[in-house]
Formats: sequence, C-alpha cells, structure tokens
Amino acid sequence: MPSFVLRILRSQAGRQVYTLNTDLLLKLEFPSNPELLCVVRGTMERLTERMGFAERECRSVTRAVDEAVTNIIRHAYRGQPNQPIVLTCYRLPKAVGSELAQGLEIVLEDQGEPPDPGRLRGRSLDEIKPGGLGLHYIRESMDVVEFSSSGGKNQLRLVRCLRPENTIQDS
Amino acid sequence: MQISVRRIDKTAILELTGSIDLSSSPAVRKILLHELRESRTPRVILNLEKVKYIDSSGVASLVEGLRASRDIGSRLLLFGLTPVVREVLQLSRLLKIFEIYENEQQALSA
Repeated sequence: MPSFVLRILRSQAGRQVYTLNTDLLLKLEFPSNPELLCVVRGTMERLTERMGFAERECRSVTRAVDEAVTNIIRHAYRGQPNQPIVLTCYRLPKAVGSELAQGLEIVLEDQGEPPDPGRLRGRSLDEIKPGGLGLHYIRESMDVVEFSSSGGKNQLRLVRCLRPENTIQDS
Repeated sequence: MQISVRRIDKTAILELTGSIDLSSSPAVRKILLHELRESRTPRVILNLEKVKYIDSSGVASLVEGLRASRDIGSRLLLFGLTPVVREVLQLSRLLKIFEIYENEQQALSA
C-alpha cells in the first residue's frame, strides 16, 4: 500500500517547529461513535486547562481534536460506528527550535481509509458552501499538522505550543 | 441537543439547546431544511443562546439553510450567538454572510 506524509507547519515567526513526544499525559482508545465526541471534547478541555493554556486556546485545541476525530469517523471509517480510534497526548518540554518552549502534542490513529491528498489541501473560504471547514479549523488552531499513512494505519499529529505568557502547571 | 419550534405569524423560531456536532447536526439540518423547503416558511429565526458548541458539520447545516432560504426567497436569521458560536463563524468568515441579531426582539423587528 502506498504511504504518504503531508506536513503543514504554521509559521512561528519564521522558525520551524520540532517535537519530542516523550512525556505521556493521556491515552484514550474509543470506537468511532459520534456520541462519544462530547467525551473527547470534555477530556481535551480539562487537559488543556490543566496544562495552562488560555481559555481561548483551550477551545481552539479542543475544536481541532473534535474536528480531527469527526473526519476519522466520517471519512476514514465512512460512518461505521465501532472502528478503533486512539488519541494520545504528550507534554512537550521543548518545541520551538532550540529555545525552551512547552506545549501539547496530540496523536490520533485510525485504521480506516487514508484520505485523498487533494482533500487535505482544504478549500477557499471565499466560497460560501457547506462542508470542508474542519481542516481549516484544525490548521488555524495548531502549530503543527502532520498526516501520515502507512501499513493500513493513519496517523495525525497535532502540536500546539504554549505561548510565552502561559506556563505549564506542575502535575 | 434539543430543538423546539415556536411560530409567530409567518415566522418560525427554532430554539437550539446543547452541542451541535456530528451526532446532532443531521437533526438540525433536517428540521431547518424542512422548515424552508417543505413548509416554505417566509422567515426562520434560529435562537442560538443555549448552544454551547458548534462544529464544522453544524456550520455546514447553517450554510445549507442559508442557501435554501435564498433559493426560495425567504430569510434565515440568527440571534443569541454565544462566544463559542461567534468564534467559529468568525473563523469560517461567515459572520457577515448571515443576518445576525443580539436578541429575539431585534430579529423579529428586522
């Protein structure tokens, strides 16, 4: 099966973003049931609050994860309700270039159909039409959006760095 | 998600309560499009005061409703946007596309 990687790096003042996923915070395994989206959102809201993200950033990261899981259910699994999804979150001690920065890395894995690379490019917001907004929300919310597909597994990596005014609370 | 419908003259006011996501947006879409395409209600107002979350599928339902209203020459108005809903519409660059009011009274007199 062909594999591919799509990497989208949002500009961080011209710096590239590197990640080290060494500090496990959370791992959730759940079926592709839309009724569980509220559980995923609740979990992400609490986790981002606990990490010290500002209220707006908590909503933003939660929205990105919700949209990513929605995409898996709708597109990778074509609405089948009992397929596996794994959500893993890591604390990032260092993230931006060689400078110290903290953040959250989220990895979503599924075993559904890989997306059409053309669809991953999203669409222009100048068109007023339903659909195609989820990827836009994800891109707007995260510093790193990286999709890969290999060996029957899809993986989406999302990274959001804590801004300088925020600090991670001790656990 | 709960949806209730009230009617005042030729206006239907749909009050949405809860989260609009992949599990609930099909119901929102169905009721909204029924109101516009089947009932051909001249003015449909959505009360979003009690919506605590809306995802891209919910926004898509609103856009579809807007297009249906334009197709049949009726109006779709929104009021009571919570910060969460406003944020998502802003992110989608749709704030200026919809007719948005602060409260029901303003929407009814618009």
